[in-house]
Amino acid sequence: MSLRDELAWPLLEKMLLVRRFEEAVLRLSDEKQFIGHYHLYIGQEATGVTLISLLEPRDRLATTHRNHGHVLARGADPGRAMAEILGRATGLYGGRGGTIHLGDPDLGFISTSGIVGGCISLGVGAGYACRQRGEGAIAAVLFGDGALEEGISFEALNIASLWHLPVLFICENNSTGSWAPGQGYPTLVHASSDLCSIAKSVNMTTMRMDGADVSAVHSAAIEALALCRAGKGPVFLEAVTRRWPGNNPLWPEPVTGATDLRMATGEIAPSGEHADWLSHHDPVLRLASRLATGAGAARIASLDATVCRRIEDAVKFALASPFPAAETALERVFA
Amino acid sequence: MPMQSYAEALVDALYDSLAADPRVSLIGSYVLGLGPQRHLMDRVRKDFPDRLVDPPTAEAGAAATGIGAAMAGVRPFVDLGTGSFPYLAWSQIVNEAAVSYYMSNGRIPVPVTFHLLHGVRGAGAPQHSHSPQAMLCNAPGLEIVAPATAADVYGLVRAAFASQNPTVVVSHAKLLGIKSEVPAQKQPIPLGRADIKRSGRDVTIVANSLMTQISLAAADTLAAEGVEAEMVDLRTLSPLDEATILASVARTGRLVVVDECPLRCGIASEVAAVVAEHGFGLLKAPVTRVTRAQVPVPYSQPLEAAVTPDAAKIVAAVKRTLGKRV
Repeated sequence: MSLRDELAWPLLEKMLLVRRFEEAVLRLSDEKQFIGHYHLYIGQEATGVTLISLLEPRDRLATTHRNHGHVLARGADPGRAMAEILGRATGLYGGRGGTIHLGDPDLGFISTSGIVGGCISLGVGAGYACRQRGEGAIAAVLFGDGALEEGISFEALNIASLWHLPVLFICENNSTGSWAPGQGYPTLVHASSDLCSIAKSVNMTTMRMDGADVSAVHSAAIEALALCRAGKGPVFLEAVTRRWPGNNPLWPEPVTGATDLRMATGEIAPSGEHADWLSHHDPVLRLASRLATGAGAARIASLDATVCRRIEDAVKFALASPFPAAETALERVFA
Repeated sequence: MPMQSYAEALVDALYDSLAADPRVSLIGSYVLGLGPQRHLMDRVRKDFPDRLVDPPTAEAGAAATGIGAAMAGVRPFVDLGTGSFPYLAWSQIVNEAAVSYYMSNGRIPVPVTFHLLHGVRGAGAPQHSHSPQAMLCNAPGLEIVAPATAADVYGLVRAAFASQNPTVVVSHAKLLGIKSEVPAQKQPIPLGRADIKRSGRDVTIVANSLMTQISLAAADTLAAEGVEAEMVDLRTLSPLDEATILASVARTGRLVVVDECPLRCGIASEVAAVVAEHGFGLLKAPVTRVTRAQVPVPYSQPLEAAVTPDAAKIVAAVKRTLGKRV
């Protein structure tokens, strides 16, 4: 069922915020404003933004190296997030974590681990704490398909299921060509042709959906969250997306250019090497084209202009922020 | 003063921590291993059934559950079993728990407590005789305690639960049955403070865990021969109480460091380096290390004894430091 427009518009705004933020990250990396590897969420915005919009303030989250979208979706300030990526003192974590470790405990993030599989296991701990505290909160754990290659993931899924912990596992499978089971899986690294079967093997309820479709994510997440809150967790969701071509090189590259929303309104048609991804798999363009009917097109343009100004301000704030003083490097090893 | 075994005091610390704070829970209840003291945990199981859970054989998963729970605001105690099993949870301990507070600029503390039974236990062979604490000292952000007495294990475990930092408590398997004096009202003991277990003018012996007990026995032997050793029990390995070590060496001018970790980059090496760097002028003789040999621990009893520090080896090392014929 298609998500009602009044629910879809705020999701589009958040998804655009994440998209424009990461386009700015690409620019700043290109300008050598920061060094080091980074991971972009482009192509997966529908999953994180929709799911996180359904969480309650008391819920806990654990995420990974590909965290920008999750942290912004949960409401982190884009300026402080960008400052963290640039290693500035005003960053979310004072520049100590950087792009791979954005987070904010005030927003419920218990950890942003760059170790593949790490977040699944720590998220189980968050679920353990949620149950011990007895306040009805749940833990949402977001990770990629690669995390299921790690041994720790089996231990974590087994413990969560054995102890019936209130954990929602969201596997963002960005390695596939199709969301239908058994098609286009990363068979070079997974012997299984069905990632849900890994969670099923430890008796977990599983659901698979098109991760680029806000309506599909919305209905699956509502059902999964209800199960978790009713003590019938954990639940394992597999959100399948088509990998953004810019993530295929070893280093992210802006191969699809800045998102041009005129492709959503029909003013221009996608062309070139990546036309298929832009036409069918870009979640931002997919949602925008759905909302572009009638007065929608103008509203999208105005929304985008507002978002772009916000990101411009975030970049200015980050670039103007001081680096942390060198003598603080020895501080806060221990609480 | 009343006497208590190390195991009894450890169980008291767990019981009192559970009673004092509803956020405390135990993940893994075979804290005393499978030996004769294990029944001491029965009263904890009986009185706190909802706050004690035994995990699957999944050390990394159990450690991570405790770490994640601590990040989310509760205070779990994770028993990792034998001292070789933390290697299975290495990534979780050294690369999640240890770094979180620093990496989040002080926003995400990790008040988890780990416990393990370390050491050459008798027929443990290479894989069940480990003392991983020196390796763990290379992970900034971990507090590591290695108590030697009933009063100390009680006080340090209570302090570990109260601490906002991830703390690893290592108990030597051979300490569990050893009795020592405890005060009528056992108290928390601040982390990071060494304790002078015996005063003496001639030589400083620095040790921790079971080696503190062995060193005290060696000191008695030496006393009978007219040598008065001062015995510094580190109690906490990280952070290290450099001041107490240096003050003792300032009094005696001689240092023997005893530790059950292997020789290279061990606790003994670190103590020796601290004194070389900050107390070179205090020394009247070279520092001597008495440690486990730099080999895996063999199974057969004579071989095991050959690679493990004991009182005779400590006595001999002290005499060499004093320039006496051994």
